Amino acid sequence: MTDAALPRRQPFALRFPSVMIFLAILALFTVGVTILSEGFGIGVISTSFIKTLGKTLCLCLVALAMDLVWGYCGILSLGHMAFFGLGGYAIGMWLMYARTEIIVLESLAAAELPPTPEEVSNGIATQIFGVVGSSEFPPIWAFAHSLPLQLAAVVIVPGLLALVFGWLAFRSRVTGVYLSILTQAMTLALSLHLFQNDSGLRGNNGLSGLQNLPGLDDVPQATVSLWFFWASALALGLGYVLCAWIVSGKFGSVIRAIRDDEARVRFLGYPVEAFKLVIFTLTAVIAGIAGALYYPQAGIINPAEIAPIASIYLAVWVAIGGRGRLYGAVIGAAFVSLVSTWFTGGQAPDINLGVYTISWVDWWTVLLGLSFVAVTLYAPKGIGGLIDLITERKSPNRHGASLGPDQGSLREQEAEK
Amino acid sequence: MSTLLEVSGVSVSFDGFKAINNLSFQIAERELRAVIGPNGAGKTTFMDIITGKTKPDEGRVIYGDKSVSLLKMSESKIAQAGVGRKFQRPTVFEDQSVFDNLMMALKKTRGPLAVLFFKPSAEDNDKVADLAEQIGLSGALHRKSGELSHGQKQWLEIGMLLAQEPRLLLVDEPAAGMTPAEREHTTDILREAAKTRAVVVVEHDMEFVRRLNCKVTVLHEGSVLAEGSLDHVTKNEQVIEVYLGR
Repeated sequence: MTDAALPRRQPFALRFPSVMIFLAILALFTVGVTILSEGFGIGVISTSFIKTLGKTLCLCLVALAMDLVWGYCGILSLGHMAFFGLGGYAIGMWLMYARTEIIVLESLAAAELPPTPEEVSNGIATQIFGVVGSSEFPPIWAFAHSLPLQLAAVVIVPGLLALVFGWLAFRSRVTGVYLSILTQAMTLALSLHLFQNDSGLRGNNGLSGLQNLPGLDDVPQATVSLWFFWASALALGLGYVLCAWIVSGKFGSVIRAIRDDEARVRFLGYPVEAFKLVIFTLTAVIAGIAGALYYPQAGIINPAEIAPIASIYLAVWVAIGGRGRLYGAVIGAAFVSLVSTWFTGGQAPDINLGVYTISWVDWWTVLLGLSFVAVTLYAPKGIGGLIDLITERKSPNRHGASLGPDQGSLREQEAEK
Repeated sequence: MSTLLEVSGVSVSFDGFKAINNLSFQIAERELRAVIGPNGAGKTTFMDIITGKTKPDEGRVIYGDKSVSLLKMSESKIAQAGVGRKFQRPTVFEDQSVFDNLMMALKKTRGPLAVLFFKPSAEDNDKVADLAEQIGLSGALHRKSGELSHGQKQWLEIGMLLAQEPRLLLVDEPAAGMTPAEREHTTDILREAAKTRAVVVVEHDMEFVRRLNCKVTVLHEGSVLAEGSLDHVTKNEQVIEVYLGR
């Protein structure tokens, strides 16, 4: 047995060229958008569109998480947009608190006596919770004054919820459709809870004004939007490398095996539940981070964002983009969400059929639904499958067989050197 | 030879149907054993109980030097303790290469973190190469296992079992769907494996069992009907009755 038949440990970049290609495209895109922006460039792209692009990058990141948990590990979670929303709420609490604090301090500065901490706190609480008829901070706002603590919450709250929920669900061997229903129930329960005024998060008003960074009122939104755009691009790049690293090794082998035949993996001695829990929790954390970058660009978060339909959309993006390949998830999320913005933004021309006018604002969801069904039935590889057409044409995979008919002819591995 | 696995007084019923009825069974270390029996005799359920897939209603399953009970352990813990199982239908991970399949099965720490930071050493690669040699798949290491023929998949699964380095190997109908030449190779692999570990083979095919040339246990209606050499059990009146019908 010669070593030639065994895969040589090449550098990560060479073994997974798609990662390098992706990072290069992402970098070019980021630089290109910056040059065309209003904040730092020639001003071709409007600030609101920069925000749309930045938000799209965050959606790509959460789609990566979804692909890891669904495309690779086979867990169709309908709860990842809830983790996304929780990340948004966590950062939103600090943004709202800190900004309101500045406003309250300014207004109290005119008073003759310097305000006591209690007065300040009451002032902020009245400002924030007046809309739901309260003037006291609920216990969950205990850390809202501290940016580091709320940043920690971005990771810890979705992570902990996923850990507890996953532990309960996987331990009971709930799989397949039943697990999807369970995650959907969790999402629905969470959003219904947040809709209540006494949930402590302003009920259906949600948190708003998140686009304004506290203490940076002088910085124009054109600049702030680019900061967030860069941060989102960086997070997506790092997230992509992390996900690629996870799925490339033996861990990736095991989770794909769990997706294909869970019982068999158990008989190989792998604790299947622990692997699922790790993936579920890790992707929930990624989703939380994506949400924390998304909502300051959106400016507002409310419980409707957490509703199960959002998580179903997420699954649709990943399915249309192509499950089980990371760039597929990114392509799907970017393509579908941008097209959706175009259709629902009223830019798409209506089609006049004489008797009936197809207005895309109404008909877009129908079109999306039909394309989802079509992709599932006729192109299960999704848009990402188109990449195969290119790569297969370029270098046929001979599975390491000899390249010529003669004995001792060059084998594929040797030729690659 | 010391006893490796002792199953005693085990019963299990599904919806009132007694699949296993007061079954007792022993196997020593480095022993090759064939288990035969007509359809519905409880052969697969018997394996399910040992591997932890099915929990029996009563009885004991004691395993290893420390005489641990397998009944309280999860499937993955039992597998880690050294019980390997091959299913009737070849179940390899078709989406992944032969190399990946074998590497996954290789005896290593199974925890998620250990797996996440795992890097195959030169020694691991050599082990995989040796196994591939043994099961005749050296040339196919980088092929997706879904592309293999049925017989090759069976071998790959046997290779994965050997990679686990189990002390007790449970093999369910290994020769099903194989050509005569492939069957012969399979017999060799199993006999070779039994030199270093205990092997239990469940099989329908008498010819295959004869070639294994080992002690035979006959199951019928969930309990042991006869035990001994193949010639001994085939002379048994009850066995003839069960196999040929009344």
